[in-house]
Amino acid sequence: MERMDAVVVGAGLAGLTCAYRLACEGMQVLVLERGDHPGSKNVTGGRIYLRPLRPYLPELWDKAPLERQVTKEVITMMSAGAAFTAQFTSDKFREHSYTILRSRFDKWLGERVVERGGFIVPQRRVTDLLREDGRIAGVVSEGEEIPAHVVVAADGALSLLAEQAGLRGPLAPRHAAVALKEVIKLTPPVIEERFGLSPGEGAAHLFFGAITEGVFGGGFLYTNQETVSLGLVLGIDSFLRHPAARETHAIFEAFKGRREIAPLIKGGELVEYSAHLIPEGGNKPVRQPYTDGFLVAGDAAGLALNMGITVRGMEFAMASGYLAAQTVKQAKEKGDYSATTLAAYATLLKESFVLKDMETFRRSLDVLENPRMTGFYPAWVCKVMEDVFWIGEGPKQRVSFTIWKGIRQGLFNLRAIKDLLRLRRI
Amino acid sequence: MHIAVLVKQVPDSEATVQVKADGSGVEIEDRYTLNFFDSLAVEEALRIKGQGGDVVVTIITLGGQKGVEALRTGLAMGADQAVLLDDPAFAGGDEYATAMVLAAALKGMQVDMILCGKEAFDDSSGVVGPLVAEFLSMPSVTSVVKIQLAPDKGSALIEREIEGGKEVIKVSLPVLLSAQKGLNEARVPPVMGVMKAMRAEIKKLDLAAIGLPATVVGRAGSKEEILRYHRHPQRPAVTMLQGEAADIVRQVVGLLKEEAKVI
Ligand SMILES: Cc1cc2nc3c(=O)[nH]c(=O)nc-3n(C[C@H](O)[C@H](O)[C@H](O)COP(=O)(O)OP(=O)(O)OC[C@H]3O[C@@H](n4cnc5c(N)ncnc54)[C@H](O)[C@@H]3O)c2cc1C
Repeated sequence: MERMDAVVVGAGLAGLTCAYRLACEGMQVLVLERGDHPGSKNVTGGRIYLRPLRPYLPELWDKAPLERQVTKEVITMMSAGAAFTAQFTSDKFREHSYTILRSRFDKWLGERVVERGGFIVPQRRVTDLLREDGRIAGVVSEGEEIPAHVVVAADGALSLLAEQAGLRGPLAPRHAAVALKEVIKLTPPVIEERFGLSPGEGAAHLFFGAITEGVFGGGFLYTNQETVSLGLVLGIDSFLRHPAARETHAIFEAFKGRREIAPLIKGGELVEYSAHLIPEGGNKPVRQPYTDGFLVAGDAAGLALNMGITVRGMEFAMASGYLAAQTVKQAKEKGDYSATTLAAYATLLKESFVLKDMETFRRSLDVLENPRMTGFYPAWVCKVMEDVFWIGEGPKQRVSFTIWKGIRQGLFNLRAIKDLLRLRRI
Repeated sequence: MHIAVLVKQVPDSEATVQVKADGSGVEIEDRYTLNFFDSLAVEEALRIKGQGGDVVVTIITLGGQKGVEALRTGLAMGADQAVLLDDPAFAGGDEYATAMVLAAALKGMQVDMILCGKEAFDDSSGVVGPLVAEFLSMPSVTSVVKIQLAPDKGSALIEREIEGGKEVIKVSLPVLLSAQKGLNEARVPPVMGVMKAMRAEIKKLDLAAIGLPATVVGRAGSKEEILRYHRHPQRPAVTMLQGEAADIVRQVVGLLKEEAKVI
């Protein structure tokens, strides 16, 4: 049987980008995807930052089916009955980040792969790695052996293949969050009016605090062209430890019903519902993303970053897919697909923004996972604001005094000072 | 031995299909697949080929880019070659005109057996196969659930499904057989087959190639014309009955007597 240059497992952003690059280089590449088509199983928030990616795939972006360019950043901190929102807009935020719907985007990217001569076979789950003389030599899909010089595992957060290749252990609860997401259909004019946007502009809105009911996590809302993506992320470990956590969908329903959310989605039609894992791996990627005849990219390699103010995984998936393709190309030129040659991948990742940013924000989760970050502090901010704005029956204290009192009560203790100092890690 | 299989790309069973507001046609979501019964026909041809001897399996479809997809699925499963009948003149034909084109193309192919599905999932008319057989003056057996070829390949024992049982028929070749559920279980095309199929050359035959005048094909050659489509009548609103169980039962009996008039 003929041996492909590369078999890519998973038609997500990492896999498709890798396949696209390999096909552009005239290499024989096959993508196997378990879903009905690329994108059918893929979930993101989401928004994608184009600036880091433009140098990699300059030709792609002008025609890419992106939703809206985000010009408005909104963060809301919530207590049980109150919410404090900070909003930021900037003229500089043009062509910076874009909202995206994966079912649409991945399908499109898949078409670009096929256009360049790559093969994508959907509805095929890869079940095993094919080994010859102990070394990885392809994949097995439902009993069928598919030989290849290199296997690129881009099979997402739960990556069975990276595990089988011995590059990482099974995903532990500590290493993952579960996300529930709904795509709700409105119309472009309604979206623009509700969120105060011009046509083509979008908003990214994050929510922290009481909505996660004591569990580590947060909510998000992104405006797409004619839909909004509303979701809730819950840390699995924190969820399991929580003594009285309600079922995830109950938490999500309560979130949707909040006074700050309900009017934003009023009258909308639910068009997509999904649940997905986010690898948070403590923001730590797999130590060695390669072995003989094998590379791992994207979420499968643990390349996803929770920076608190945003989640980044898509740029890392695409960039790592691209760099994996560069490595495979070099290996083909050398005619050597051993770990020695493929180690170049690790170097490329280190030199790119991918591992640099991963390294910078390596410990940001330690800070964010602190239960007080989603419990005490958002509630505290809301309480101080309540006091500042409240005018009751009795005499009122000076505003400066009220704020000062709030700071003294909330932050003048050893715990809070420690928390503040830890903030430097973000 | 040459086996031809007639195939058609049809909307997936999960695709949403809606009658247009003016009833002039239907809107179909872009989710298509090889017609289920046709996949059984392709499978059967491949199984006969698998029994040995010199067997060539050709799959044939009438109709554009969607048709190519059906052919590629057949090739991915393992068919030897594929033929696309494609010409603007073929457009808008009814079953009669479609069968006319298929038969003309098959005439030049020296086939020993034609397999097709018992009906297409979309229009469920189930007559194209038998019409092709008529045009080619060969026997046809429909709703086939078993095919047993004689060792000399000159005849076959066929089982077909009939109400409450099966009918066993001996028929001489060439013959057209239409596949019914139960004939076999179609294989999932192997990945390597899918890749081979994506690269395979597909032979195209147009009006000139099959040698028919434009007047007997497509819209011009059709005997029937679809006038309009009707939507399913809207289901009337549901009434929820309230109260004690015994009371509800009394209400239900009353409604069945007076409103539905069934008891
Ligand atoms: C709710 C949520 C919000 C997020 N928000 C953002 C955001 O705003 N911005 C951002 O940049 N990132 C965000 N992320 C992270 C980002 O979505 C991921 O990092 C990114 O999708 C990873 O891409 P990938 O190609 O590595 O994996 P995936 O997109 O998960 O693709 C993996 C593919 O592999 C397939 N597959 C898996 N196993 C097999 C198998 N055995 N055989 C065949 N196919 C298989 C799957 O079907 C899938 O198509 C978010 C994630 C979630 C879940």
